[in-house]
Amino acid sequence: MTPGLRVVGLRRSYGTTPVLNGLDLDVPTGALTAVVGPSGCGKTTLLRLVAGFDRPQAGTVTIGGRAVTGPGLLVPPERRRIGYVTQDGNLFPHLTVAGNITFGLPRRMRRARHRVDELLELVGLEPAYADRRPDALSGGQQQRVALARALAPGPDLVLLDEPFSSLDAGLRASTRHAVVDALAASGTTTVLVTHDQAEALSSADRLAVMRDGVIVQEGRPVDLYHRPTDRGVAAFLGEVVDLPAGFASGSAPTPRGALRNGTASIAVRPEQVVLTDAADADVSAEVLQIDFFGAYTEVRLRAPGGIVLTARCPGHLAPAVGDRVGVLLTGSPL
Amino acid sequence: MISRVAASTGFRYPPLRLAVALAVAALTAVPLLYVLATAIAVGPAGVVELLWRPRVADLLRNTVVLVLLGTSACMVVGIGAAWLVERTTLPGRPVWTGLMAAPLAVPAFVNSVGWYSVLPRFDGLSAAVTVTTLSYYPLVYLPVAAALRGIDPAFEELSRSLGVGPWRTFARVVLPQVRPALLGGALLVGLHLLAEFGALQALRFDTFTTAIYDQFQSTFNGAGATMLAGVLVVLCLVLLAGEAWAVGHVRISRIGSGAVRPAAPQRLGAGTVPAAGALALLAVLALGVPLGCLASWLVTSTSVAFPLVELTSTTAASLGLGILGALATSALALPVAWLAVRRRSTLTTVIERVTYVGNSLPGIVVALALITAGIRFVPALYQTTAMLITAYAVLFMPRAMVSLRATLAQIPPDLDDVARSLGVGPADVLARVTVPLMARGVGTGAALVFLAVVTELTSTLLLAPIGTQTLATRFWSESSALHYGAAAPYALLMIVLSAPGAYLLTRRSRQAVS
Repeated sequence: MTPGLRVVGLRRSYGTTPVLNGLDLDVPTGALTAVVGPSGCGKTTLLRLVAGFDRPQAGTVTIGGRAVTGPGLLVPPERRRIGYVTQDGNLFPHLTVAGNITFGLPRRMRRARHRVDELLELVGLEPAYADRRPDALSGGQQQRVALARALAPGPDLVLLDEPFSSLDAGLRASTRHAVVDALAASGTTTVLVTHDQAEALSSADRLAVMRDGVIVQEGRPVDLYHRPTDRGVAAFLGEVVDLPAGFASGSAPTPRGALRNGTASIAVRPEQVVLTDAADADVSAEVLQIDFFGAYTEVRLRAPGGIVLTARCPGHLAPAVGDRVGVLLTGSPL
Repeated sequence: MISRVAASTGFRYPPLRLAVALAVAALTAVPLLYVLATAIAVGPAGVVELLWRPRVADLLRNTVVLVLLGTSACMVVGIGAAWLVERTTLPGRPVWTGLMAAPLAVPAFVNSVGWYSVLPRFDGLSAAVTVTTLSYYPLVYLPVAAALRGIDPAFEELSRSLGVGPWRTFARVVLPQVRPALLGGALLVGLHLLAEFGALQALRFDTFTTAIYDQFQSTFNGAGATMLAGVLVVLCLVLLAGEAWAVGHVRISRIGSGAVRPAAPQRLGAGTVPAAGALALLAVLALGVPLGCLASWLVTSTSVAFPLVELTSTTAASLGLGILGALATSALALPVAWLAVRRRSTLTTVIERVTYVGNSLPGIVVALALITAGIRFVPALYQTTAMLITAYAVLFMPRAMVSLRATLAQIPPDLDDVARSLGVGPADVLARVTVPLMARGVGTGAALVFLAVVTELTSTLLLAPIGTQTLATRFWSESSALHYGAAAPYALLMIVLSAPGAYLLTRRSRQAVS
């Protein structure tokens, strides 16, 4: 099957600062792929190159099997059949909600307010919103309308550039659900760019981690979280507990080849460190510090040998500082 | 905004400031009241008799056609230039930015005298429209350029991503967002055209303003001139109402926008040379012709003369009137601006709005009204500098007001409260906290008033005390006598004096974005 979006060898630098260094990315048709990475890693540049707002120095972009950017080729944005949603939504301030949604449609359909109610419903808004002005909407509602506007012309690909980051925490989750559901219902291939790994892990079908202008790992969120290719990816997607490991004998397989003899470091997630008072504990440790977060508690522990590690346990089962607890490692290391 | 009650006095409005503001509003309302009072005194039959003449019909047609064509031309030229300079890859943007606004420093009557001296046969409507457009298009260019800089380029990108091409994006996304700036600029052009006297007189194109002047000169203070002024006032009100209506129909939602990126400029490619050529031609016509004329008069004219004493005295008169006018106008505007910002209510808003009326009325109407009211109520003031300064204050109050308002709004009222909590009285707070913080805004406003006064011709001609000659009136009398060489030094000095103000105006419109 042709991918919904294929990016090959994309390069772009601004002045002497390279931003994209030969980036490759395949996005399967109909899926939501999240591109995550720290701020300034080139995510937005990638989206702008895919959208055709900017031209790369090298590389090709293919949308739905149709080449749109390549050597000597730069299809203008209006002929790429894309939808674009920005961080602030950028609803046209001189138009109503209906005027915004139908903006990309031919004049006759604009007059007939083609599919306005249907699209509003798709993004979870009442039809009554059609005649509101953008400033009469909350930030989350503006983002939903921005998505409806992007979907109205029936694009082959929707690009979301940090669409939830300007919303406060409460609105962010509900808006994200509404947007992800609407995209799933419409079956549109989507690229979501975000620096928020939790957002990426929870809403995407596929995850691509970007660093220094390239994609370092791509796959299902659950695989990336548990099987990151390196410590950087592991640390970006969640907290990491480093444990020194010694090899008496034998070897350990790692992504960089087998490790033999000597000492090494292995990493686990804090939720893999389970506190227990049962006899099957791996070691016993002393509780140094407790950070209560409500739903869970983070416990800092000192294990024999001066190893300090962090465990995450349910809020109602937290020990007290100074307690001695048993520690059990579950699952396999990263 | 939260209304605050002055703690120590118990008055909602500080009484002294309110009294001054009311007096200022009353003063700026004098011209309107004068026209109304005359109309009532003459009676309906008299008004009809005075106005129902073929001559008035001619004037009406001339005036309306000039305003329509001139304003449209300024809009087209202003938008085109602003778009080329701000949103394309045209090289040399800083140079163009300065050049496009520079005609503001050349008074329209100097420009038209220049054109007339080059092409004496170029007169009537076509000349009037051409020359006034070249003089006044910056009034559209500046606000539209500022608005173009302020639009988040994400809107255009989004429009493109939705399948709308670049030209239609301009029409459907960019134009609607610059419409308030465009209409505001067009209104200013329209009002300037209604008020224009010198430029049109030089090009022998009669409008109400030139006719009122002629009639006033022949039949001093007749009801006929006043009734013509009444028609002019009605035309001004129609323009004001029309602009208010048009702006009211544009609704631009204010929604928080994030960090605005600089826009990616439109590639001109092969269009670069024609575009640069068009702007260069505009600069040559608007700036090169008048400045070139001045230069050639200085070099070749037989009447060229540098009477040092007169040059010095007229420069001193212009400087003195400019400074006095700027100080008086700023001082009168301050209490009004303070009340409008810090004690926002229907009353203070009405007071503030009334002070804008004078600026919308032609100088000739204001001068006529002040002469009549002055002779009637304070005859001692007639033909004094005080009267002339009063006219400047009425005419140019909004220039000071806009700057004062903007700076006042930026000063947190909490500072007043802090000062009061430290035991400082309200008057002292104004003097020790508010005014020092406003220094920049006051300075800008005063400079803009100064610019206007130095290049003012009409009411100066009518109101200046006998023997007082300014650079503008002296240029006018010499050039009317076709002594271009003798007139040139006055025009040059006038341009030198007004250039800093014109530069400030350019910079202020740049800052208006942020």
